[in-house]
Amino acid sequence: MAQTFAEKILAKKAGLSHTVPGQIVEITPDVALSHDNTAPIYGIFQEMGGRRVFDPEMHAIFIDHAAPAPTTKHAENHRVIRQVVAEQGIENFFDVGRGICHQVLVEEGLALPGEVVLGSDSHTPHAGVMGAFAAGIGRSEMASIWAVGSLWLRVPESMKITVEGQFQPGVTAKDLALKVIGDLGADGALYISVEWHGEAIRAMSLSQRAVLPNMMAEMGAKNSFVPPDEKVIAFLDGRARRPFELVLPDEDAVYAQSHTYAAGDIEPMIACPHTVDNVRPLSQVAGTRAHQAFLGTCTNGRLEDLAAAAEILKGRNVAPGTRLVVIPASSQVYLDALKAGYIEIFIEAGAAVESPGCGPCMGNHMGVPAVGEVSVSTANRNFRGRMGTKESDVYLASPAVVAATAVAGEITHPKDL
Amino acid sequence: MSMIRGRVWKYGDNVNTDVIFPGKYTYTVSDPKEMPQYALEDLDPRFAKEMLPGDVIVGGTNWGCGSSREQAVMCLSEAKLGAIVAKSFARIYYRNCLNNALPALTCPEAVDAIQNGETIEIDLSAGEIRCAAGIFDFPPLPEAVMDIFEAGGLIEYTRQKLDADKRG
Ligand code: SF4
Repeated sequence: MAQTFAEKILAKKAGLSHTVPGQIVEITPDVALSHDNTAPIYGIFQEMGGRRVFDPEMHAIFIDHAAPAPTTKHAENHRVIRQVVAEQGIENFFDVGRGICHQVLVEEGLALPGEVVLGSDSHTPHAGVMGAFAAGIGRSEMASIWAVGSLWLRVPESMKITVEGQFQPGVTAKDLALKVIGDLGADGALYISVEWHGEAIRAMSLSQRAVLPNMMAEMGAKNSFVPPDEKVIAFLDGRARRPFELVLPDEDAVYAQSHTYAAGDIEPMIACPHTVDNVRPLSQVAGTRAHQAFLGTCTNGRLEDLAAAAEILKGRNVAPGTRLVVIPASSQVYLDALKAGYIEIFIEAGAAVESPGCGPCMGNHMGVPAVGEVSVSTANRNFRGRMGTKESDVYLASPAVVAATAVAGEITHPKDL
Repeated sequence: MSMIRGRVWKYGDNVNTDVIFPGKYTYTVSDPKEMPQYALEDLDPRFAKEMLPGDVIVGGTNWGCGSSREQAVMCLSEAKLGAIVAKSFARIYYRNCLNNALPALTCPEAVDAIQNGETIEIDLSAGEIRCAAGIFDFPPLPEAVMDIFEAGGLIEYTRQKLDADKRG
């Protein structure tokens, strides 16, 4: 029986020959991801009567959402997490400064093909870039995994997105993701497993590919998958924490929906306030005044993203009246960017370069906007109030557009600088 | 537990959590026992007054879309609703249902066939819905989910499982 990726991997993990959409299976994940919310999860775990976690090796815990701590309250939360990690003997713990959970999970060789990652964060699908089945879950569900090691999952329907041809210069995975979300809507993939196929996807770097599953949470997807190929295997060589086995969908698998895009037709896109599916071609909003440009996040804070921005910022200055905040997604990205000279370019251009983590993405700290201000960001979400105040506008775009906007002080296509 | 029998309350597509449990009560009503009286208040005011334990809601596509508020499930599970049968569920709503021991069954064919007000039977372990128009199959719920139902929800289920492990 031909199966999609989700049907096949969930069957494998549940010890069944096959599964069908709608079926419920009991799964022991390979990775249980939690971040600054680890302390409240631990509270529920204790309420359930939990004393020792089911398997300390399953856990990957990160302090990234408000890190380093902006207030004493946050610092107390971090203290509790460090205590839990020590008490429970959890080795995969990444403290303040290491970077954003989804990025670091991949860098550390903990997101592996053919494995299941469950995380108490809505952008957990990110790990699908390595060929894992990765889905977000609630806090009580995570606490239950801590206690008994498994959770039920519904086998999702699958959607196949095929992208053929080549992108025009300057068009990125971010533009593709925004285009698809704009077309299909914020509920376009509700509970669905979204697979990315086609020549344009295979041609992308891993860094570009990662944007796609990362952003599928904004379309309601349960998980999203990029078929692992030789690029993934080369990346994992000497890095993977465990031996792994690829799980690939069958050629003749049945999809609930299929969509095909021609890469060459896609132009730079931007998501306008206050929903991610309010997407327009960049040309329609060019000229909008921007007070802050933010380059970072799990979506677009990798070396390649910083390189694209540095190319534009080299020898230029951030416009008076506009701020540029740069936050590398991880300490590894920071070091690499430093060696490549990008950090120097940013600082010389007048940017504030900050410690790896989520920063102002969800309004915690390190660059939240003032009332009435407009931010242009490389993040994945622009809901009203997302960056702190409800009285501000957030636009989402690619790193090059964010850099060009910082230079011009208004939303700008890099070619128009 | 595995047999459900009750009257059908049939509704349409995209019924959102705001009409299932109005937002204005989300921060004022926190005792689960008080929740059933507000269930579906903005969709069908008769429902809360007339529904009986075991009754079944039949909905269209995307049942429970909108906010993640768990009260939109608890106001029905606390009233001992038998099940919700829908063409599809919003993801978080669906998980909240099963974690609060309320059967949520996806069966588009049955939704089209079932008439409002008729009495139907659902056999959870056999995976069958029996109504006037015939018998419709859905993939049976596995033991793990049935165990969550028997325990009365995920938190209670995990607590019991840990207890048993300690004693065992
Ligand atoms: S960078 Fe933003 S979207 Fe990514 S994990 Fe952090 S808060 Fe979430």
